[in-house]
Amino acid sequence: MTNKNTPDDKNKRDFLQVSTYVLGAVGAASFVWPLINQMNPAADTLALASTEVDLEQLEEGQAITVTWRGKPVFIRHRTKEEIASAKDQLLDGLRDPQTDDERVQNEKYIVLVGVCTHLGCVPLGQKSGDVKGEYGGWFCPCHGSHYDHSGRIRKGPAPTNLEIPQYSFLSDTLIKIG
Amino acid sequence: MSKPKFKNPVVNWIDYRLPIFTFMNHELNEYPTPKNLNYFWNFGSLAGITLVIMIVTGIVLSMNYTAHIDYAFDSVERIMRDVNHGWLLRYIHMNGASFFFIVVYIHIFRGLYYGSYKAPREILWILGVLILLLMMATAFMGYVLPWGQMSFWGATVITNLFSAIPLIGESIVTWLWGGFSVDNPTLNRFFSLHFVLPFVIVGVVILHLVALHRFGSNNPIGIDVKGKQDTIPFHPYYTIKDLFGLSVFATIFAAAVFFFPNFMGHPDNYIPANPMVTPAHIVPEWYFLPFYAILRAIPDKLGGVLFMFGAIMVLFVLPWLDKSSVRSSQFRPLYKLFFWFLVIDCIALGYLGAMPAEGIYVVLSRLATAYYFFHFLIILPLLPKIESTRPLPVSISTPIITASSNASTVMAMREKK
Ligand code: HEM
Ligand code: FES
Repeated sequence: MTNKNTPDDKNKRDFLQVSTYVLGAVGAASFVWPLINQMNPAADTLALASTEVDLEQLEEGQAITVTWRGKPVFIRHRTKEEIASAKDQLLDGLRDPQTDDERVQNEKYIVLVGVCTHLGCVPLGQKSGDVKGEYGGWFCPCHGSHYDHSGRIRKGPAPTNLEIPQYSFLSDTLIKIG
Repeated sequence: MSKPKFKNPVVNWIDYRLPIFTFMNHELNEYPTPKNLNYFWNFGSLAGITLVIMIVTGIVLSMNYTAHIDYAFDSVERIMRDVNHGWLLRYIHMNGASFFFIVVYIHIFRGLYYGSYKAPREILWILGVLILLLMMATAFMGYVLPWGQMSFWGATVITNLFSAIPLIGESIVTWLWGGFSVDNPTLNRFFSLHFVLPFVIVGVVILHLVALHRFGSNNPIGIDVKGKQDTIPFHPYYTIKDLFGLSVFATIFAAAVFFFPNFMGHPDNYIPANPMVTPAHIVPEWYFLPFYAILRAIPDKLGGVLFMFGAIMVLFVLPWLDKSSVRSSQFRPLYKLFFWFLVIDCIALGYLGAMPAEGIYVVLSRLATAYYFFHFLIILPLLPKIESTRPLPVSISTPIITASSNASTVMAMREKK
């Protein structure tokens, strides 16, 4: 070997250098990923059971809150007036336009994840004495979001309507959430 | 500079092999310090001591704390009632967090008033802002650990801030939680991070001090040290002054711990966490209130989050926003005025952050938020163009000498950089 740098030598060295950096980076990244990914929901958390709820006892105008995946789920048996007011609402005025029909399976029951889409507080409006906000549905006291009878955002900082969980009616009055 | 000879031969023997004593002598004993520092220069050492207090009490609390949603609240109550001196250790740790922020906020406003962030201390300042951010993260996660109502809902609201990020926001929040809501995995990781972050802070504090000792402390008149006559050795002059400040601080701290330990806390955190019910008024700890007010002032979710983080980001770039070459407010009459406006504005934001987000409070929060950014982004860059600064003294020693010899004001040249 000569100690003179021929252009060939330089190319070889560049190749070695670059491939070392690249392989090193790939190696480091493949070690970092498990460190990051372990923070994502674990298999048992993902496998959390679904919740079944019997609505037999839920009278018109009443609401219950059940737990699903550690979150409250609101189920409300709406009155005729509430249904009418939810259906009559024109879409123009809505921040997150959705018709009431898109948001219910059986118009008597509205099923919602009871978590404000702003920063995650539980809105008021489930109990009869609760403040229900200017649109009669739910009101989040944390930063003042108002939701209507369909759980749609009408006023305040929340960007979207209350989320609808996955659910299905097993019979007329039995629903399964999740 | 020759190596100092220590009287003790053992010390000499060690120092020859590991020059730790030379280092300490250099940085803590003979370290030349401007001779005109006032009591606002005590808050750096107070912050360091408070950090040590937090680490020591934190480690012993961890020996009795259980990071599980079913046991966390009870384990803290057990610390309060059954563990020997547990109540004392917890109250020191709990109030220590508040005092840490009081000290650091004063330390920061000291820097703002005397222009300590200006060249050549920009990195020193940036490291300080980084320490503030790390402290906030640490205190936030620590507050979650007792698993009371405020712990839970504070954690929920703050982690949800990240859901404002477009597209990936929801996945980030799920990742932070390790589930679909704040739950046991969240508590576990917060405990782990709360344990380790203070040690990261120690690391950044060391860098902060290395940067400080490169050019030494700024001083109340903000001009550079011109020579030996402007400085005094750190020991015994400032060690004794820091010690005196510490005893005053410790007296007030102890008064809080013993006589009103829950004054700065929120009573709702003595109610166990309930994921189904949000308390009527959730407020963060007092030291987050100004930022919380900014968050709520913006009527848009993403906007609120951006402005809140922006309030700290402007501090990072402050050395480049304030272009005036004069450091101390003593020679900047207009800046001094605006400094005090900023102080009032920050206190107002803190007050508004504690008020419900309705009516007049919303309007005032918006005004105060606007003024905060106006100060940093508009006033500071424009000020040097219109402000006529007062003449600077020739050196730190000069005003004293001339005053005693009854000479008239020394008209000095502006410092040239
Ligand atoms: C930067 C320094 C630190 C700050 C600002 C801080 C802040 C806090 C805060 C605000 C709390 C809640 C207190 C309460 O309401 O009960 C807390 C709790 C706790 N911290 Fe820290 N902490 C710090 C360092 C540490 C360290 C280094 C450890 C452990 C090595 C630790 C361990 C704990 C434990 C076990 C708790 C739960 C017990 C309790 O709530 O009193 N902390 N911390
Ligand atoms: S969390 Fe509901 S309005 Fe902010």
